Amino acid sequence: MSGAEGAESVKRRIEAVWRIDGARIIAVLARATRDFGLAEDLAQEAVADALSQWPESGIPHNPAGWLTAVAKRKAIDSWRRAERLDEHYRALANGLELEDGVTWEPVDDDVLRLVFTACHPVLSREAQVALTLRVVGGLTTEEIARLFLIPVATVQQRIVRAKKTLTAARVPFEVPEPNDWGPRLGGVLGVIYLMFTEGYAATSGESWIRPDLAGEALRIGRVLAGLVPREPEVHGLVSLMEFQASRFAARTLADGKPVLLADQDRGRWDRAQIGRGREALIRSDGLGKGRGSYALQAAIAQCHVMAPSIAETDWAHIVLLYEALVRIAPSPVVELNRAVAVSMATGPDTALGIVDRLASGGALRGSHLLPSVRGELLARLGRTEEARSEFATAAALAKNDRTRAALQERAASI
Amino acid sequence: MKYMFIMRATAEAAEAYKEIPFEEIIRQMGAYNESLIKAGVMLAGEGLVDTSEDAGFVVDFSGEPQIVSDGPYGETHELFNGFWIVQVASKEEALEWARRCPLGPGSKLEVRRVTEFADMPDFAEFAHVDVARDDAAPRPGIG
Repeated sequence: MSGAEGAESVKRRIEAVWRIDGARIIAVLARATRDFGLAEDLAQEAVADALSQWPESGIPHNPAGWLTAVAKRKAIDSWRRAERLDEHYRALANGLELEDGVTWEPVDDDVLRLVFTACHPVLSREAQVALTLRVVGGLTTEEIARLFLIPVATVQQRIVRAKKTLTAARVPFEVPEPNDWGPRLGGVLGVIYLMFTEGYAATSGESWIRPDLAGEALRIGRVLAGLVPREPEVHGLVSLMEFQASRFAARTLADGKPVLLADQDRGRWDRAQIGRGREALIRSDGLGKGRGSYALQAAIAQCHVMAPSIAETDWAHIVLLYEALVRIAPSPVVELNRAVAVSMATGPDTALGIVDRLASGGALRGSHLLPSVRGELLARLGRTEEARSEFATAAALAKNDRTRAALQERAASI
Repeated sequence: MKYMFIMRATAEAAEAYKEIPFEEIIRQMGAYNESLIKAGVMLAGEGLVDTSEDAGFVVDFSGEPQIVSDGPYGETHELFNGFWIVQVASKEEALEWARRCPLGPGSKLEVRRVTEFADMPDFAEFAHVDVARDDAAPRPGIG
């Protein structure tokens, strides 16, 4: 035990321990109790005990072991109080007591079960995100609220409801069956990428990028890559996030104004991070199962980060990659990006055809993306008036302040 | 934010290490590295060859031409013999990881924050926003 410390520094210490060990503590408890919601509650109670006791008693030598042991004791006590020590709970209690709380060896498989439970399809996307950051990422509800610019009470509510939903749906603390594995893993990757994109291009608020949120997504992605190293798409997703994040320093000016790809100072891209992105894509390709949608997007991002300039980018290869992506993961946004690549590879005419087809189908209605691309193509074709009106339309639709200002500026600059 | 953990060992540490089987040292370090990787925070980490085994050298820029010598390596007897770079959310998290490093008596871990663009507002003036720099092109072999 170290000496007594101030309550504030103890709180920060616990938060740090929780980020590092929270997932494993909950995973061990969930395996022992077979109850995800209960495990999370017990862990929270143990944290509350630590917050009240450690400023007096000092911080134990092994904080994570202490928290786990206390949480297990709470589990046993609650069963005893409820006189639920029938055969089932007696076995669980015995199992808990047999395990030495200080030298516990958590198993990766338990953490993987935790990931799949937090991202279970019975939960809403928002609940999945909140629960994943909470139990897998080890963030406090305050931190999650800060990342998403929402009230703490909202986050707490989401997490409480999520736990109730998992209990009501009798979701087992297990990894999915083999025939369910693909879609369920896809769901987990989707949750991580959703967090990342919200950090990469914030849909609301003042700042255009939130590196802290993107960083959490990347960290959880790397954790998952360690848990399921034979899954190419996990490495594909990590690769994509590394490439995208490598450009953060160049994507905003000192005053927070966004800088578009064409205007970015490529000297500010993080070469070490680009290296990590390349390694992750090599790992994905090396499994020999072909490229899924994340690996294809990573390959596109790689073309951008390897190019010395916009003009010297391998646009023809990017078009090919988008064509493959459109087939395996069709979406209006991918189609729009394909149009941009086509315009760079062969000129704005063909690209405008793709964009107009999208527009007439009603795709992306209400989003600023389509009119901003259309405006750019019209400007390149010299159709200035139409371009200006497209940019004005796009600016009116933009939800992020920074994006709106940039589009207004673009309209004025033609 | 990124932090660098700088491992510094004294003669005392070198003596202490002689008491521990080499395999055990490797196993403990391996487990520590593994835990950093699994947590998704490890960006880099290397150990440095002992100067007594390998002729490292020092380049001194005090005068023209620079003077190359085989030491001393610093003002202290604390040799820089390895490093990690981790990516974490707070100073406390860096400290928590640093505490877990399997080092013994005579060893120190110096923890320093790595400079990032956000720390250098003056750099903004070097960012030529309208001109992509040609010399930023990846070169074959170093990507």
